[in-house]
Amino acid sequence: MTAAPPLVAEVPVLTVRPARGGRWQRLPLKAKAGAVLLGIFALAGIFGPLVSPYDPSFQSPSLSLSMHAPYGAHWLGTTQSGQDVFSQLLFGIRLTLELAVVVGAIATALSVIVGVTAAFLGGLWDDLLSLTSNVFLVIPSLPLLILLLGYLPQQGQTPTIIVLAALGWPWGARVIRAQTLAIRNRDFVAASRETGERTWRIIAFEIVPNEVSLIAASFVNTVLYAIGASVALAFIGLADLNSWSLGTILYWAQSQQALTLGAWWWFVPPGIAVALIGTGLVLLNTGIDELGNPRLRDARASRSARPADPTPVWQQETPPRGPLTRLAASFSRSALLSEQRERP
Amino acid sequence: MSFILRRLAFYVGAAWVALTLNFLIPRAMPGNAVQSIMAKFPNLQPAAYRALEAMLGVGHPGSLWHQYVSYLGDVFRLNFGIDELEYPARVSTLLAETIPWTLILVGTATVMAFAIGTGLGIVAGWRHGGWLDRLLPGLMFFQAVPYFFLALIMIEVLAVRANIFPIGQGYGEGVVPGWNAPFIGSAIYHSLLPAFTIVITSMAGWMLQMRNVMITTIGEDYVVAAQAKGLRPSRVVLTYAARNAILPQLQGFGLALGFVVSGAIIMEIVFSYPGIGLLLLNAVNAKDYPLMQAIFLVITFAVLISNLILDFVIVAFDPRARTKEAV
Repeated sequence: MTAAPPLVAEVPVLTVRPARGGRWQRLPLKAKAGAVLLGIFALAGIFGPLVSPYDPSFQSPSLSLSMHAPYGAHWLGTTQSGQDVFSQLLFGIRLTLELAVVVGAIATALSVIVGVTAAFLGGLWDDLLSLTSNVFLVIPSLPLLILLLGYLPQQGQTPTIIVLAALGWPWGARVIRAQTLAIRNRDFVAASRETGERTWRIIAFEIVPNEVSLIAASFVNTVLYAIGASVALAFIGLADLNSWSLGTILYWAQSQQALTLGAWWWFVPPGIAVALIGTGLVLLNTGIDELGNPRLRDARASRSARPADPTPVWQQETPPRGPLTRLAASFSRSALLSEQRERP
Repeated sequence: MSFILRRLAFYVGAAWVALTLNFLIPRAMPGNAVQSIMAKFPNLQPAAYRALEAMLGVGHPGSLWHQYVSYLGDVFRLNFGIDELEYPARVSTLLAETIPWTLILVGTATVMAFAIGTGLGIVAGWRHGGWLDRLLPGLMFFQAVPYFFLALIMIEVLAVRANIFPIGQGYGEGVVPGWNAPFIGSAIYHSLLPAFTIVITSMAGWMLQMRNVMITTIGEDYVVAAQAKGLRPSRVVLTYAARNAILPQLQGFGLALGFVVSGAIIMEIVFSYPGIGLLLLNAVNAKDYPLMQAIFLVITFAVLISNLILDFVIVAFDPRARTKEAV
């Protein structure tokens, strides 16, 4: 392991250096905007159902309240069966966020496990795990999700979480593997290995803390994927349609002709909510990117202080390969394109 | 071995994984098509079970391996079984009717979105901090909007209220499908709004990615050297910076393709566009398993083939891949 010297003497590694004072001020503007946006929705998800004016499933018996436009008593109007859209929205935000965060946590944990394992075991295991993630990246996930969920006799939150998490890890695993390979041969890891640290301790206390920003970015991405996929799945009816999520509200709006009847207050609010949550996540992720790569920052702010050091890159150091592992690795596009660097 | 051949081997492997998943999922999941029909009609006699199995061809005779071999044989002969929804229509017939619609709409719109997004990304990256660059946070909103939701808004604003575009469907009423001018005109007219929606939603992502790579590339020494030589800015941007920045962009396109195509297919549902997405919705609602499985395979294979085509483009653009081809 230590025999292969790093190709570049000093590899800048993407890390968030925790600043004691004024951590919030140091964040890029985009990250702040994203965090505020997400905070509002998190609050709505946590406290919304407690303060919601109506039971979201309560069907008003009065006919005049069928598809009523927004007014004082129903801020976002009513559905065809006289349910309060605003209350549905509050409950829907909670369920959708809950699902996305759980999926994000499980899938990110899986990507860390797969990515770090692949980078540490090296050899054939690395190639098999990388090949698996590449295969699952190229197979379109939504039709596969539909197939998996379609075969379930009963729809619900738990099966959706399991299936989404099971298909959500490959991208993160790829990125984390590359980063682990870069960190693995750095001096501080070598030093802790020399002092006789166990491998799991090196992974848990040396490697993973140095990948926090990458893991955070991968978590944010997975949450984004989970929201998009779960809303799309619910929209085509693959969800528990008796529960209120942003996707199921859209499903009912679509299936009960809200569009042709002109009931914009029924489908616009949940859609805007999904879009705003998504925008918040994208902004947050761009902010995390900019923390690591100063060149991406707003040109006006950074022109005076453009750093002289090179842009951080993921320097990939390939462990020595046998003929079998070389064969297994030689099918992925990126490995094929980067192979030349590997040759001495 | 050359780049293309190795990539081809990879896609064959991926296709095999998809085929095997498609074979295993129905057998691993509780319940099956016959049971779902039995549940739908509670007054069916238990004896009807065997009859239904025989009728739908879903009985699983023989060992698992035997089934697997005959399943692979069926797929190669494009025999996806009999449809339950429109019994006794063959699944392959239904697919053949819907695939051209999707291929033309989603294919054209996705390639257009990629081309426009990459072009705008080059400009935004080159004029870092310019007006186009400052529009980015707004574009991120479009990136985060679910496709089908933007489709709903488009219909509401441009079709229902402004009445510029038709509300949905693939062609107008009273037009006879075929190679005649009224039909083709009507089909193009009906596809404008869905295509526009796909372009708007997926463009922002390509633009953001291209812009980021461009900014990093512009900082490279060879770009500075090209500028110092006094080359025309257009030449520096296009043949020095963009030429190199587009390589990761192309690789990213291959990886994101599955996601983009899935989103576009869901969007067809909103437009009632007679493509594979609408067929998928009907299949899900009717719990029409053979059709769902076939659609999964069709979409997967389409994405794999597009990726292979993309690899040819990469060979044309990337000297590293070209030298491999020559070896």
